[in-house]
Amino acid sequence: MNFEFRAIYWRDMLKFFRFKSMLISSLIQPVMWLAFFGLAMSESFDKLTSVIPPIAGVQNVDYLSYMGAGIIAMDVLFSSLFGGTSLMFDKKYSLLRETLASPVPRYHIILGVGLSGVTKAFIQTSMIIGFGKLIGMDFFMGYTFTETLIAIIGIFLLVGIFTLGFLFLSGSIAITLENPEGMQSILTLLSMPLFFVSNALYPVDAFPAVLRFLSMFNPLTLLADGIRYFALGNNFSVMGIHYMYTSADIAISFLGLLFFALTMLATSLWRFNKVDV
Amino acid sequence: MGIIESDGGHLIRKGEGVDLEMTANVIEVNRLEHSYGSVKAVDDISFNVKEGEIFSFLGPNGAGKSTVINILTTLRKIQKGEARVNGYDVAKDSKSVRKSIGIVFQMLCLDHEMTVCENLEYHGKIYSMPKKERKERIEELLKLTELEGKRDTLAKDLSGGMKRRLELARGLMTKPAVLFLDEPTIGFDIQTRMRMWEYLREIKREGTTIFLTTHYMEEADQLSDRISIIDHGKIIVTGTADELKNKLGKDLIYLETSDNKTVAEILRAIESVKAVTEDTKSLRVLLGVDVTHVLPLIMEKIRQAGIEITTVNIKKPSMDDVFVHYTGHGLREGEPKEKEEGIEIAGVME
Ligand SMILES: Nc1ncnc2c1ncn2[C@@H]1O[C@H](COP(=O)(O)OP(=O)(O)O)[C@@H](O)[C@H]1O
Ligand SMILES: [Mg+2]
Repeated sequence: MNFEFRAIYWRDMLKFFRFKSMLISSLIQPVMWLAFFGLAMSESFDKLTSVIPPIAGVQNVDYLSYMGAGIIAMDVLFSSLFGGTSLMFDKKYSLLRETLASPVPRYHIILGVGLSGVTKAFIQTSMIIGFGKLIGMDFFMGYTFTETLIAIIGIFLLVGIFTLGFLFLSGSIAITLENPEGMQSILTLLSMPLFFVSNALYPVDAFPAVLRFLSMFNPLTLLADGIRYFALGNNFSVMGIHYMYTSADIAISFLGLLFFALTMLATSLWRFNKVDV
Repeated sequence: MGIIESDGGHLIRKGEGVDLEMTANVIEVNRLEHSYGSVKAVDDISFNVKEGEIFSFLGPNGAGKSTVINILTTLRKIQKGEARVNGYDVAKDSKSVRKSIGIVFQMLCLDHEMTVCENLEYHGKIYSMPKKERKERIEELLKLTELEGKRDTLAKDLSGGMKRRLELARGLMTKPAVLFLDEPTIGFDIQTRMRMWEYLREIKREGTTIFLTTHYMEEADQLSDRISIIDHGKIIVTGTADELKNKLGKDLIYLETSDNKTVAEILRAIESVKAVTEDTKSLRVLLGVDVTHVLPLIMEKIRQAGIEITTVNIKKPSMDDVFVHYTGHGLREGEPKEKEEGIEIAGVME
């Protein structure tokens, strides 16, 4: 077993902490999402939905907590989806050449970049949960210490798998394309349906059937559902909609994301082995 | 040390007094060909590089130098022919080849956001060097390349020459058997270039074999033990700088006369004149013997024909003359436009 991927991880993290602007923006961005989008939306949603009577016997969750899970999903989606862009610049400015010319197997590059992406995603997730709790998000309400711990591990696992999937996707695009403009437009195009055809920020129950069906396969939905299961429990209501998650639901989230990540891993291996120096 | 390598049918012993004359080939290339689509970039090339020597490919832009380097360093798949580096077949054992070599690419490729030390550290890490070895090697190399004072400077804040030196240090991190350098001094002024040569000589003294490509005559001439002149994907001639020059003749006379055509005919009849070429204004006369023996005779014959000599210029054949002689053209017209292709704008080429 070789551990060269650690070198790639080391370099990535070194630069992450060196670029103060990059570091700070990745810390601030999730907080901004919560502070501006979250608070503003939850105020109006809660006002609009206050007339709906809460479902008896079910814990009612405010919109802020509901969308908190979505914000985590959105935030890691964007940073991982655009995370591969740096590979394109590395390729363009020949930074990759040294590594590609070394005896290091290509999958180590993917692994190293993936791990650093996951680290950054964990930092952001922690930021959102921490800041969210501060402004009144109802994550882990009434949980014991052990339950909270399990919930956090569950969330991090899901976030990790999800991040790897999108990083591999974005890395594959980066290594295949020649110019950043092309990459930018592909990513923007990709992020639109991912963003809107999901239950990250609002329930999909009122969607047309087709979109609702599609949203079930959206990794963003799978992640948001998984986080809600761990953070809010398996039985709650929000805006008059009753959410119940079974073990099968959470298994689907895990397996779906795992399937997605493995497919993307295969794609990126294929693309990376193709790349010429 | 006993047998250090017994691959590909040759056996090398080192330091035992056996066969010390017979130096091993660190690079062996046999009938190498390479095409990009219909463009034949490398056309049936064979050569060997001996252990411990500095070997140069001298040729104009587009001659196929980088292609050969990329094949030898396993960055490009070999299409036709055979090549072994440090005893390993580049087609079958690319991993062992990669572990045996250091590379300084034609374009700069340093991580500008990392310091001098960090760049070296990263290289050591991806080649799985243990930490202690890394630290020691970094110190040695900073000393060798005189970058000790810059160890914590970001690569982007180094001068062009320093960046190149850092790349040199990086290429040597793993103590490679062969160091490949693709146009290492392209775009540098002559002082920077000469300084680079000094480092390369020092590296050679430490026992590293060096393979480099260049389109600078002086670089091939002054730095290399042996040179292959390469043009249009073919090796035209190989030898030491002196051998190549001596093959041309002992001395070279430039003549300007009132009737160059007639003079050329007269001179060609003289036995010790090896070749006469007519330029627009002057004649280039290559001599097989020392100029002192034959100059009086030449002057006499021209005067007898009633032709006036306006200029006589005598010199030893230079690398330029060698190049023109073998390729039929100068390097000048083939010189790359450095503004466009210099190393500062890495990534634009290829
Ligand atoms: N990646 C490539 N694709 C197509 N043609 C190439 C490529 N690289 C080099 N060539 C062509 O092959 C020939 C040799 O190029 P190269 O090996 O770079 O020469 P040199 O290094 O001596 O300048 C040139 O005609 C060049 O245009
Ligand atoms: Mg070249």
